[in-house]
Amino acid sequence: MVENTRKIMLRKFLFAVLTLSLISTSAIAGSEGNEKISSKATSLESKECFEKLSRGIFKFNHALDNAVFEPVARGYRKLPVPIRKGTGNVVDNLRSLLTFSNNILQGDVKEAGNTAGRFLVNSTVGILGIFDPAAKMGLAEKPREDFGQTLGKWGSGPGCYFVLPILGPTTARDAVGLVGNTFLDPVYHVTHNSETNMLIGNENYQEHNYYMFKGTDGVDFRAKNIESFDNVEKNAIDLYSTVKSLYLQNRAQRILNADTTIDTQDESDWEEIETN
Amino acid sequence: MKKAINTIVIIFAIVFIFKTDAKAYSGDPKEFINEIVTEAKSILSSNASQGEKSKKLGNLALENVDIKFLALYTIGPYRKTISEDQLKKYHTLFEQYFLKSFTSRLTEYSDPKIEMIGIEVKNPKYTMVQSKLLGTSEKPEVKINWRVYTKNPEKLLIRDLIVEGLSLARTQKEEFVSVIDRNDGDVNKLFERLEEFINKN
Repeated sequence: MVENTRKIMLRKFLFAVLTLSLISTSAIAGSEGNEKISSKATSLESKECFEKLSRGIFKFNHALDNAVFEPVARGYRKLPVPIRKGTGNVVDNLRSLLTFSNNILQGDVKEAGNTAGRFLVNSTVGILGIFDPAAKMGLAEKPREDFGQTLGKWGSGPGCYFVLPILGPTTARDAVGLVGNTFLDPVYHVTHNSETNMLIGNENYQEHNYYMFKGTDGVDFRAKNIESFDNVEKNAIDLYSTVKSLYLQNRAQRILNADTTIDTQDESDWEEIETN
Repeated sequence: MKKAINTIVIIFAIVFIFKTDAKAYSGDPKEFINEIVTEAKSILSSNASQGEKSKKLGNLALENVDIKFLALYTIGPYRKTISEDQLKKYHTLFEQYFLKSFTSRLTEYSDPKIEMIGIEVKNPKYTMVQSKLLGTSEKPEVKINWRVYTKNPEKLLIRDLIVEGLSLARTQKEEFVSVIDRNDGDVNKLFERLEEFINKN
């Protein structure tokens, strides 16, 4: 118990140091105002931290995907649609708790209300999230939020780009966000905090359940995007650069919460070339 | 007199041939995209062989996508430093690369259901046409925005596709520039990679 408390304290300390160091470097960008997210935060450019190593890890991840994740995703796709849909809904419902924490941190009260409402309705009427009656009640599903996006909203730039084993592409900001997610995700706490386990006295709340949830989420995502991944792979002449570009654009898009028209280019970039 | 009549008949014949051969597309960006999508759908859902479909889709792209612009855009800052001969070679390679990549992406869809949502005029030269590819039990719904170059209202051209916020032109540019950068600015290395792609099955 004492050991566990020490572990938690150490994690919190590490998290606070990381967050403070990051925020202090981005304070100027963030002070420009909340109504407009700084262009630094949504920058589509990111220097490499250590490209050679990242390319090596990328190769390893790609081989792992071909050998394990893709076949599992293809197998998952063979399950009947209602089972896949229900599984996806349960995972989305649990994942919305992390979104809620980040809605609050981003000061987005409206979205926080929507996320909380969806969770309450889907967990009860929707039978533990298997169904999505909330959507029919006007509480539409919104994009996921994570702590990396929250840091972006606060004005932090992406920092350098690198690839993590298994987890894939990331930036310095998003890697800090990954650590932050573990502090903000109630699912993580319920499954990892042994004090909670003791109180509940239920072995279902063990750590491996968290990784099972994360793994299912990953497989569900991979299964929904088999063709897109194949397409990118088939048409790329440098897959590493393609994935990097797609990752950075996607993160900028998520920070902006852009819905309809997305400006992923600097308009002047297009103006300078005239062909007719 | 007979000669003059013959000449007029020939001119009329030529005009008629060209008029029926080159399809006139709408000058309204939303309608323009709608027409192209409809045409692409009819090609994809036809009973033609994959080869024939690719050829027809290629022709559709050649007529309506600003490939020359995309070639210049995707090579980034190197467009200002490469020689005339290299640029000429690059344009040829890029067109082949683009058509192969474009048709291979599309021929995987047998009957895509695309719904037009709206437009946003960015400036007198660009309009974004918003659409969505409807989801199926296998695939989620996908938002697709088309960047249409409207400088010449008589001939609109597509300059980019933005799929779920991800610009294909930008992605292509970063990929090409990365290949050149990693080879100390040698554009010939990019040409080699493009040739490999064009020649692979």
